Amino acid sequence: MKQLNESGFVPIKQQITVLLSSLVLPLSVMAASPANKADTEQIQRGEYLARAGNCMGCHTTRGGKPYAGGRQLNTPFGLFTAPNITPDNETGIGSWNGEDFWQALHYGKGKDGSYLYPVFPYTEYTKITRQDADAIFAYLRSLSPVAQTNPPHKITSPYDNQFLLFLWRTWYFKEGVYEPDHSRSEDWNRGNYLVQGLGHCNACHTPRNVWGASKEDKLAGGEIMGTYWYAPSLISPKEAGVGDWSTDEIVRLLSTGVSAHAVTSGPMATIVRQSLQYLSDDDLRAVAVYLQSLGEKRSDAIPGKIPPMPERVRRYLALGETVYEKRCQDCHGKSGEGVPGVYPSLAGNRSVTMISPLNTVRSVLYGGFPPATAGNPRPYGMPSFQHIIRDQEIAWVVSYIRNAWGNFGSLVSPEDVDSSRGNEF
Amino acid sequence: MKFIVFILSVILSGPAMAQQPAPSGIPDTLEQRVKPCTICHGDEDRAGRDAYYPRIAGKPAGYLFNQLRNFRDGKRYYQAMAILLENLSDEYLLEIAQYFASLKYPYPEPAVNTLSSAEIQSMETLIHSGDPGRDIPACSACHGKALMGVKPYIPSLLGLPHAYVAAQFGGWRNGGIMRGQTPDCMSEIAKKLSQEEVNALAMWLPAQPVTGESAEMEVLSPELVQRCQTIFSREGFPQ
Repeated sequence: MKQLNESGFVPIKQQITVLLSSLVLPLSVMAASPANKADTEQIQRGEYLARAGNCMGCHTTRGGKPYAGGRQLNTPFGLFTAPNITPDNETGIGSWNGEDFWQALHYGKGKDGSYLYPVFPYTEYTKITRQDADAIFAYLRSLSPVAQTNPPHKITSPYDNQFLLFLWRTWYFKEGVYEPDHSRSEDWNRGNYLVQGLGHCNACHTPRNVWGASKEDKLAGGEIMGTYWYAPSLISPKEAGVGDWSTDEIVRLLSTGVSAHAVTSGPMATIVRQSLQYLSDDDLRAVAVYLQSLGEKRSDAIPGKIPPMPERVRRYLALGETVYEKRCQDCHGKSGEGVPGVYPSLAGNRSVTMISPLNTVRSVLYGGFPPATAGNPRPYGMPSFQHIIRDQEIAWVVSYIRNAWGNFGSLVSPEDVDSSRGNEF
Repeated sequence: MKFIVFILSVILSGPAMAQQPAPSGIPDTLEQRVKPCTICHGDEDRAGRDAYYPRIAGKPAGYLFNQLRNFRDGKRYYQAMAILLENLSDEYLLEIAQYFASLKYPYPEPAVNTLSSAEIQSMETLIHSGDPGRDIPACSACHGKALMGVKPYIPSLLGLPHAYVAAQFGGWRNGGIMRGQTPDCMSEIAKKLSQEEVNALAMWLPAQPVTGESAEMEVLSPELVQRCQTIFSREGFPQ
């Protein structure tokens, strides 16, 4: 927020209008003020929407100027660089008009009419209303122009072919603004719009096919392209489905980064810091209502009996227990009970037991803090163990916590630990 | 009536409870919050010179604050620190910097000096007089007579492990520490040193006993402040 304000908030258009009016016809200042007020309101709304859509997440590089682009995303189709979207004439979108912006957001087309790569999530942004798109554009126009040339995309052949992209779009891109479902509540519809459209949660939480397109089972979870993180299913009660959660707890997690039973980590912690913590309570509630409706309820069926463990497995887990007692127990507790809102419980923690152990392994390897937010400004953190213990010990301890205190998950090998390493920095 | 009193007592004790340590005994302190730092940088019991990790206890607060921000913002490259700090705010990093700056842990015994007397002589000249012929200022001109840094932005050079000092010289020489921030005075200086001088400095510095404290800003010459202005970034740091 601070960075945003630094980049100048008074729109240039407004400055010029005021300047001209004061020179030519002083009375017109008064006449112009209601229009200016409307402009200011639109810009403020645009700033809020740009937060909700987390444009900054891609269009600002680490430590870089806000919205000046430069952040790179590595995909199987090539290395993409987010462009400068400040209103600089040469290097940004200074020469764009509202229609150009709408073409990009709604149709996935560049100013020159070329097809944009879906690494820019127009597959979701197409649901954004024209009014919201105009507000975001007005906000971007109000920023101070930053002259910053970013490196071009490095697209792997044959994906640099526009005709292939045309085919891809024909198959996988459905253009259209979000249409409310009148049989549902206003909150539900607003939540749907934010989750499936502006917030583009799909970009991470939906599995992708070999062509990089979202599969039909929306928000069913998958590995995030270009990162070494698994975005859990927002549907399954075995992953991050919140069908059984209260609205309050969902709102708390999304706005502060921690709740009594959960802590955000990895890319989700970043999304909370950059975007979700700035959302209004009403919008977060709407998101919560929509997510609750997606989440499948925990089944009441008697859980399958956990098969007895062979001696070999018991010995493997016992090695993990030794590591746990030495390294983890002080914070996460003797029985993995954790400390609500401070250190997550590991017993019954779905992030620990879900099929992919990737996030748990990465948390042990790299540690991290939940985001510092207004609601949790001084978070407690998790140390990085990559230089403290060997891969074998990490494999033991992750296997142990996946199978202790009633948890049940597959064992993890040192090779799994090694293959979880990835450098996004 | 008893019920009402009970309810009232629950309501009244609510805010008070929040101040207390969590039932598990997790203290509501910065010391507890920075456990992810001290696992490598050491707490009071082992603020030694083991392994690679530099001592951060007692270093000037502005220096620590700038390094924390630089790691987070990709302006000083070290993956482990970048990941750890990614989602922390300037305000919190400042508090963490001030906390470590305030710690007065005892310093470890200096490492054994294995340099020849000729090498020691030339290191002492470099440290206290520099080499004007190559435009290398004395180390003590910026890092203080005691080499314990200058408050609030310049780090101490003593009490650090050999491996860390050697690696930092490598970083300065290949430009990896300031990552394009200019002027990059320390890189310029490190590039003027010969490999033999760098090796000897990395041996000499850890072998010195810590006797003094961080100096005050006034000891710096305006010319050197100008030459190294990047590190005097005051933004967000209380004056």
